[in-house]
Amino acid sequence: MFKRISFILFGLVVTFFAHAAIDTYNFKSVEEEQQFRELTGQLRCPKCQNNSIADSNAPIATDMREKVYELMEQGQSRQDIINYMVARYGNFVTYEPPVTPATIFLWLVPVLCVVIGAGAIVMLSRRRKVSASWAEPETLSEQEKARLQQLLNDKTDAKGRKTS
Amino acid sequence: MNKKLLFIPLIVFLGLVVAFMVQLQRNAQGDDPTTLESALIGKPVPKFKLESLDIPGKIYDQAALHDGKPILLNVWATWCPTCYAEHQFLNKLSAQGIRVVGMNYKDERNKAIKWLNDLGNPYALSLYDNNGMLGLDLGVYGAPETFLIDGDGIVRYRHAGDLNDRIWEDEIKPLWIKYQGSGS
Repeated sequence: MFKRISFILFGLVVTFFAHAAIDTYNFKSVEEEQQFRELTGQLRCPKCQNNSIADSNAPIATDMREKVYELMEQGQSRQDIINYMVARYGNFVTYEPPVTPATIFLWLVPVLCVVIGAGAIVMLSRRRKVSASWAEPETLSEQEKARLQQLLNDKTDAKGRKTS
Repeated sequence: MNKKLLFIPLIVFLGLVVAFMVQLQRNAQGDDPTTLESALIGKPVPKFKLESLDIPGKIYDQAALHDGKPILLNVWATWCPTCYAEHQFLNKLSAQGIRVVGMNYKDERNKAIKWLNDLGNPYALSLYDNNGMLGLDLGVYGAPETFLIDGDGIVRYRHAGDLNDRIWEDEIKPLWIKYQGSGS
């Protein structure tokens, strides 16, 4: 019992500190806090490159959060803040890089995949329709007709028991 | 359906295999894909006002990096093991007459001063970037990083990671010689 309680307490302490990193900022309004969360979620940490600066514990991410907060307090717009970071860390720092010759590939590949995939589906379904309309309806031989009739007559219920 | 079309996924897969193999090979030869390009190349050093590391109260600004000749700006900290590894090489460079400016990054001053006393001081002057804000302006994302700044105060090259003989000879020295001539 004691073990369990101390474990829960430990968990509480850990989660408290995990949140502490973000909750030290004082926001004037809910919208402002919302914008801060959005921005820090959209900026990528240049050190641990698969995290946003909101998720990362790297010192540089802490500094960048600090800077985002500072710039917001100065009344800078969302785009201004993103531009500020891009000027220092390059387009890599935003998850939505602008369309440039270097990044055009990133933007086009998903579109191309959808277009090619849709094209393939349309083509396949058309071909199937064509081949289906071409095929002569199969005619059954007398023998087969008799067998079919027998099967139809020989009704069975769902459990496989004969009903007639 | 055309049977040949069925081979497209295989061909795409083989293409990916080749691409990945090539990049893995490059990684093995020291190409680090996580290294970022500096956004500052070709731009002037950002404006700053920083205290000297060893002379508290003395303030430097960007003019301290505007020497008429190229300089190296080395970002370092005592909490960074790679900085320890490169320190002897920096000593060697400064002994050769290369002007190296140190920027102590998010560090404790007394620890940093002790480090320089113990390991030798390769820096012509030392800036103290306590809160990392010049680091942020320079696009620093770790330590050590080294910038080559030409005589006009323009950033020409940035190396993320430790300096050593190979990096110096292959990448920085040619630029150093190139910008030695230019500059006002």
